[in-house]
Amino acid sequence: MKTLGKSLKRPDAITKVTGKAKYVADYQVKNMLVGKILRSNIAHGHITKIDVSKAKALPGVVAIISADDVPDIKFQPTGLPIASYPEPGMHADKNILTNYVRFYGDEIAAVAAVDVLTARKALELIEVEYEELPVYLNPQDAMTEGTVEIHPDSKNVLGRNEFTIGETDLAEAFERCDLVREDEFMVNPVQHCQMENHIAYAYMDEKERVVIVTSTQIPHIVRRVTAHALGLTANQVRIIKPYIGGGFGSKTDVCIEAIVASLTLAAGGKPVLIDMEREECMIGTRLRHAIQFKIKTGVNREGRILAKEMISVSNTGAYASHGHDIASKGGGNFFRTYPAELVTHFEGTTAYTNLPPAGAMRAYGIPQVNFAVESHMDDVASALGMDPVVFRKINMIQEGFVDPLKRNMVIENIGLDQCLDKAKDYIGWDKKRKQYSKCQTGDRRRGVGIACFSYGTAVWPYDLEVAGARMKLDPDGTLQLTMGATEIGQGSDTVFCQMASEITGIAYEHVLIEHINDTDHSPFDTGAYASRQCYVSGQAVKKAGLEIRNQILERAEHLSGIKVKDLDIVAGQIVEVNSKRLVISLMDIALKSYCSMELFGVIKSEVQVDVRSTAYAFGASAAEVEVDIKTGRVEILNICNVHDSGTILNPMLAKGQVHGGMSMSLGLGLSEVMLFNDKGKPLNNNLLDYKLPTIMDTPDFGVEFVETYEPTGPFGNKALGEPPAISPAAAVRNAILQATGVRVNQTPMNPQSLFERFTLEGLI
Amino acid sequence: MSLRIHFSVNGTHKELLVESGETLLEMLRGRLGLTGVKRGCSVGECGACTVLVDGLNVDSCIYLAAWADGREIRTLEGLADGDDLNPVQQAFVDHGAVQCGFCTPGLVMTATAMAEKGIKLTRDEVRRELSGHLCRCTGYQNIMTAVEAVLED
Repeated sequence: MKTLGKSLKRPDAITKVTGKAKYVADYQVKNMLVGKILRSNIAHGHITKIDVSKAKALPGVVAIISADDVPDIKFQPTGLPIASYPEPGMHADKNILTNYVRFYGDEIAAVAAVDVLTARKALELIEVEYEELPVYLNPQDAMTEGTVEIHPDSKNVLGRNEFTIGETDLAEAFERCDLVREDEFMVNPVQHCQMENHIAYAYMDEKERVVIVTSTQIPHIVRRVTAHALGLTANQVRIIKPYIGGGFGSKTDVCIEAIVASLTLAAGGKPVLIDMEREECMIGTRLRHAIQFKIKTGVNREGRILAKEMISVSNTGAYASHGHDIASKGGGNFFRTYPAELVTHFEGTTAYTNLPPAGAMRAYGIPQVNFAVESHMDDVASALGMDPVVFRKINMIQEGFVDPLKRNMVIENIGLDQCLDKAKDYIGWDKKRKQYSKCQTGDRRRGVGIACFSYGTAVWPYDLEVAGARMKLDPDGTLQLTMGATEIGQGSDTVFCQMASEITGIAYEHVLIEHINDTDHSPFDTGAYASRQCYVSGQAVKKAGLEIRNQILERAEHLSGIKVKDLDIVAGQIVEVNSKRLVISLMDIALKSYCSMELFGVIKSEVQVDVRSTAYAFGASAAEVEVDIKTGRVEILNICNVHDSGTILNPMLAKGQVHGGMSMSLGLGLSEVMLFNDKGKPLNNNLLDYKLPTIMDTPDFGVEFVETYEPTGPFGNKALGEPPAISPAAAVRNAILQATGVRVNQTPMNPQSLFERFTLEGLI
Repeated sequence: MSLRIHFSVNGTHKELLVESGETLLEMLRGRLGLTGVKRGCSVGECGACTVLVDGLNVDSCIYLAAWADGREIRTLEGLADGDDLNPVQQAFVDHGAVQCGFCTPGLVMTATAMAEKGIKLTRDEVRRELSGHLCRCTGYQNIMTAVEAVLED
């Protein structure tokens, strides 16, 4: 590879370090109104009265809307993925504004005013009376017989699925085991905390269409969903996505777009901006699902897993968002990484409660299931008296694995074993494991822990995977690239430029990518989620690039008489393959394609691909920790992630993804949790009380790659964006177990929870 | 109440009427169009809005515009000399310290203040100096590498 595989710099880096990069808030539209959302201050109840007359009378207020002013249309705020159960679109449970409040912070009215102070004042003047209903914060309470249904006819169950894989009866299989162990785990809710809050502005253009400039990961889906919610057709809505200050899944939902669009419609098409406050963003968008797990594993004397079962209960909060998919995906993951010899059983339930809605967050439910499964693996290994690495190696997925959950695809190119070896070596496993296994009695105790993961790329076969790309050779020989895929900070635009350069032979610096997505102009692509873009959208770049290259070489053949097959494009020149002799410069061809009598015809291509495959990424984390018994504080002495993501397309950017993911996992494992009182009122929805890892909390991260070649990926690549956020938390948990002998089965493992546990266990 | 203030921003003298409750962040973004200054939390928790006031890094979201009277303000927009980035900007580009770029303006300003002091710092001291900034993309690692590279030169 000429361009791919190199640590080339981001095309947007200079723009971002000089302050020129424009995010949604930076488009300063003249006479823009300020939109603010009135959120409920109870978690569950009916609005019996809402009076906006005083607010309306306030000078400077241009529009006020409540539930009666918006279409009575229920919509599902996500577009994809929708799993194969029971049918797409069945979780349309959200109105733009509601008369029935389902969580503390639910959207009940919205105001557009001339400035922020007026808008805020107007919110205060809206009078709301409620008839309060019981508040359910956990699935067990919500699913109890006779409780109030948060959504009609749901029994507060959003989705449920189960599967059994293997011929043997489950009970019989457990009976045949030499050892059976059962554990319970709880992963608590966290929030994305991308640095840019959700923000969008909307206006009506001269054709009376609603234009929404928004910070989203999924522009095309936002268009469809918003249009549906507003009772419009898709072409009456246009979505523009400029630079985005991070998303991590929170921006794969329509959170404010339909509200801001309703405000502009109510304000006669005037531009209206909703720029969320941090406190609002942390409850008014999405959370990561809290999930409870019960896992039972049966092994034989040699440590082979014969039977296993997982029962998970996921808390989606007030609305479906991504539905039951997140819990359901965890079941497949449980089945796959360490397949049982005889039988695997999974039951997953997703419940509605009165917490803020949970949705997609980096790695889509897998960090939760990984914390449970990888912790449990260590517990089974210790019951067997077996080294956790050895136990994993005996049971891990092997090449040639046939996956009945993925249309019997055969999983090949598995670098998991090598990842585990590398992680083990990085941390000095053999020596340290032995050293720390000696009885530790002091206040500060050390341990090492390990965890593995697997992760599917993109969403096939549950949904169609589509992407589009457009290329055009400009008169100066530079290549314009327009993608439907969305750059949200992760670096996909960089890698798309590298791919285009790799395929066409045009220098990387001469590939210019359009960073703005615009549903009027960008090719169709579903957007940034499921670690799909380099894998799926990369196919579109490859296909378009091949077409462009071919067109260029055909022109060169026409001019020179040398056959296409004997020509190549190298550093902006068309050369003869054998002699390396210059035939014509790319610039010449490009210019001629615009103005030559003979060669006219702009060189361009536009392609759409649908990708009907998936590929599994693998990896391992290893951590060494020191636990302060008296304070419950955990210090990470050393930690690494080793990834098999197929070919690494840009090592510097890839490592950056891994660093960020590891930090996110450590946050989930050690410090982050969204807290609510018993009435469902959020207690720490700000960046001071919510313990997002700071630079002081963050250790140096070791990152290594095991490069396999994935034949279904456009360049041998598979998922990388989300996987780093999966396994570090469990590795730390297992290191704490070795250090202290205490099994911590709940996140976050923060000083308070560890102190309480250590007290209970008699360590303090 | 409005107040008339005199100050310099990125080397240019300015005279403005500002509201008494207006923050420096609102003034820089709203009145001067310096949108490189980012708003992440409005309450001094995330550091995205950091600018230099007389060489000191401050959260412009909790610093009143009126306090800028008589002072010298520097923002991200004023760091590069034409196409030449300042050393911190260049290091952020070279070491992959930029992802979504929303925390970048604040971090570059704080690191610029550190670099201009010219004091050698240990890795722990660098962490402490940068600890007023939150970043969700990078795990801070490449930011540390970039800042250390500048401080070593």
